[in-house]
Amino acid sequence: MTAIRVALLAALAALIAVPWWVPGDYYVSVASQILIYAIFALGVDVLIGYAGLVSLGHAGLFGLASYTVAAALAGGSGQFGAILLALAVALAGTAVFAALSLRATGIGFIMITLALGQIMWGLAYRWVDLTNGDNGINVASRPMPFGLDLEVATNFYFAVLVVFLLALLAAWIFVHSPFGASLAGTRDQPRRMTALGFHVWLIRFFACMFSGLLTAVAGILFVYYTKFISPPSLQLTSSAEVVLMVISGGSGTLLGPVVGAALVVIVKNVASAYIERWNMLLGAIFVAIVLFMPEGLVPGAPRIWRAVLRWLRANPAAAKGAAE
Amino acid sequence: MSLWGILAINSFAFGGLLFLLSAGFSLIFGLMRVPNLTHGSMFMLGGYVGASLYQTWHLPFWLAALGAAAAMAAFGGLIERLLLRRLSGSILAQVLVTLGISFIVADFCLLVWTGDPISVTTPKSLAGGVRAFGLFFTFYRMAIILVACVVAALLWALLDKTRLGAMIRAGVDDPQMARVVGIRVSRLFTTVFCLGAALAGFGGIMGAPVLTVYPGLDTDMLPLALLIVILGGAGSLLGSLIGSFLIGFLYNFGQAMFPELAYFVLFLPMVLVLALRPQGLFGRSAS
Repeated sequence: MTAIRVALLAALAALIAVPWWVPGDYYVSVASQILIYAIFALGVDVLIGYAGLVSLGHAGLFGLASYTVAAALAGGSGQFGAILLALAVALAGTAVFAALSLRATGIGFIMITLALGQIMWGLAYRWVDLTNGDNGINVASRPMPFGLDLEVATNFYFAVLVVFLLALLAAWIFVHSPFGASLAGTRDQPRRMTALGFHVWLIRFFACMFSGLLTAVAGILFVYYTKFISPPSLQLTSSAEVVLMVISGGSGTLLGPVVGAALVVIVKNVASAYIERWNMLLGAIFVAIVLFMPEGLVPGAPRIWRAVLRWLRANPAAAKGAAE
Repeated sequence: MSLWGILAINSFAFGGLLFLLSAGFSLIFGLMRVPNLTHGSMFMLGGYVGASLYQTWHLPFWLAALGAAAAMAAFGGLIERLLLRRLSGSILAQVLVTLGISFIVADFCLLVWTGDPISVTTPKSLAGGVRAFGLFFTFYRMAIILVACVVAALLWALLDKTRLGAMIRAGVDDPQMARVVGIRVSRLFTTVFCLGAALAGFGGIMGAPVLTVYPGLDTDMLPLALLIVILGGAGSLLGSLIGSFLIGFLYNFGQAMFPELAYFVLFLPMVLVLALRPQGLFGRSAS
């Protein structure tokens, strides 16, 4: 246990020190982006990993929060009011989303969330009066909490880091609470949980609401990060990307989505510099992960590491060859 | 007044296309419990392949359409045999793999056919139309409706009157029992998957003269197929037929009457069905 704690403390220190060890403001921004997506992925992981519900429509909720901030600011609202309004609207949206999609579980849940997500995208694209259609909405300025100028990349990073740590803490408390245990119960044995007197539907509903809250927070940070929101952020690809983060990192762990977010954001930023076909790579990664590492990086890496060690021990000649 | 008439014809034609798309999706979902998220991609890829066969290789339209359907059947068979076969029972893995393939297909199409929409000319034998009851009936749209009805009748005959159909129905109802009585459910899966993929590809090229083929056609069509299966009930042929025409009408009339909220109008019947009859209009309740 202590080794893990030391590693986590080291990771925390590395996160705090990011502005000093990365080579420039651009990379500080990439780090902010990773943390924002990590919050989003944590929200989706609450459903995938702990409730056993895969949502392919979460980009719709993410976008709902982003659009609300942008539209409220464009309508002349203050920063604080816009953020509160976005949280309220996104949570109301999540409630509708959950009420509809929880009519089913398993495949049905996936299909309904996918359809709902596409409807959100369609609204963003078509409801031009409100969303400005394909042109999107610009956000003029970031808020200035406690007089801190968030236009500076480093300051923005620290603000995101604080929110991220709070979100991680909230997710940790949520997962380790008795409620989290009953949520895992509804994932593994819904019928027995019903027989034990738990209200399975309501437990899942609250899990959706918590997931929606994290998603909304990520959406609000995202719109301030890019200072712009447009329909592509709500596409199926975006929902799929965040699911990929959760699965590649390891669903059902809190560290997995964070690692997955880092992996996807880095691959995307690096890959898009060299090749145009990011989507093809994304698809190939999906297929490869499902076939070779279905449990994800965080739980899977030790297994593969052990397998490599075992193979090396069984084949000393190969090990020697590798060493040379 | 004639605007509504034209809209109604268009809605029927679009419903016919949606039926070609959703019948296979519904069968695959009903039989294999696989949410085949590549179905929109099959539609789009079928459209592209058919358009190339027809316009670049100058094959007759119907031959090109059959070629596109055959190509998609082969593609679907490969996906089923090589990938989905290994993942039976794991919904998450199936969703991710089919989604991954759909991204690869979308990018592949962008690479090969570029980002410009490809408009396909209506085949000469079906160009033009006839004026009747104060309305202009385009031959091609009539042909789509006719083809959809023929396909529906053939599928119904296949499912209800043949031995293969009886085996498929047995597989839908209870795959384990079907295996026990000696039905090769695994071969059945491949057959149904190929059939579904072929129908989607066929729908893609049939729709090409009306919808054109463009990047993003896949993600435009996939949610409609999902809506139809949610509405009609998984595995129900009648459900997907009626669901298709319903969505066809809502889509066209919604676009004409409330262009900004067209997507929202589509979503209302889904809300109603989910609230009142979650297994779909013609679906049987899940065990």
